[in-house]
Amino acid sequence: MITNHEPDLTAGLPAVTDAELAALHARLERDAGAAGVLDVAYRTLDTPVGTLLLAATEDGLVRVAFASEGHDQVLESLAARVSPRILRAPGRLDEAAREVDEYFAGRRRRFDLPLDFRLSAGFRRIVLGRLPSIDFGKTVSYAQVASDVGRPRAFRAVGTACATNPLPVVVPCHRVVKSGGDLGNYRGGPEAKRFLIDLEAA
Amino acid sequence: MTTVTSKPPFEAVVAQHGATVLRVCRAVLGPADADDAWSETFLAALAAYPRLPGDANVEAWLVTIAHRKAIDITRAAARRAVPVAAVPDRPAAQRADGRDLDLPGALAALPRRQREAVAYHYLAGLPYAAVAAVTGGSTDAARRAAADGIARLRKTYPALTDAEEDLDDHQP
Repeated sequence: MITNHEPDLTAGLPAVTDAELAALHARLERDAGAAGVLDVAYRTLDTPVGTLLLAATEDGLVRVAFASEGHDQVLESLAARVSPRILRAPGRLDEAAREVDEYFAGRRRRFDLPLDFRLSAGFRRIVLGRLPSIDFGKTVSYAQVASDVGRPRAFRAVGTACATNPLPVVVPCHRVVKSGGDLGNYRGGPEAKRFLIDLEAA
Repeated sequence: MTTVTSKPPFEAVVAQHGATVLRVCRAVLGPADADDAWSETFLAALAAYPRLPGDANVEAWLVTIAHRKAIDITRAAARRAVPVAAVPDRPAAQRADGRDLDLPGALAALPRRQREAVAYHYLAGLPYAAVAAVTGGSTDAARRAAADGIARLRKTYPALTDAEEDLDDHQP
């Protein structure tokens, strides 16, 4: 119930400023990391294919998400599938952000980052493990990857594994295309896939 | 996955409640210790967050943690202080006329129970039953402590204004 005589205390108190909250947040990021209770740290990074969300557990990079996926939805999914102990804590992503920046600037051909594959399992996990060995600037077919992992008839499942890659760009599913030369599906959309292939061909 | 009800990322809890909890910590402890209380509150909350029931009142839960942290900080300060026969409730600026205090000063001069009841009800927006659950005691006692606290603030801080009815969308 709202009554006529509710005193307005906040009017007489010093304002809580954004700078004060930012400083407290930064301290929480450090304390949480040191105490081992920061299960997922994330940051965003502006790139030529849009703003990417980078998220890492204590084990490594666990998710790269395109803006088209809806970063809030991706974070909610991480809360449900990994842990709700999630903070925007760029410190843990410093190295990942640096390498992704270098990649888009044409100064990096391989990623050298600890990766956490806990969001993929079974055959998909096997497929993703195979992708980093496709050289920068090369493309191979879904059928070729299926053959490489010893399941030559599973090229559709290879396509699904690539389309659901939780670590796009870093785990190069964009280097896997259809046999006829069509690009095939991509989490970030066909334009992003085309951009990455062209970037590596340059 | 066994969890059906998923809860928001903790980042959303900080974004939604961070400012309110800081106001509460400042009101209860004063500005010097408020940052420590806020930091310890959110660190403890983050650690315990996965075990929080999905339908819990997050604000009341945070205030409960902040209340305990404030007590810890006050006790630690008392241990560091020179021992005295009776620890004063809070070193308060006593003024004979009770005027000239700003609101933080007027809050600091309240007895602790009143200060807590005022902060938890009027700053955090908790209903009196929830205030009582945090501080202990009955709902009526919490309501009385808040009313007594506000009555005293109106004397020591006459500038205390009432919220505009049509702007007041919080529901204590």
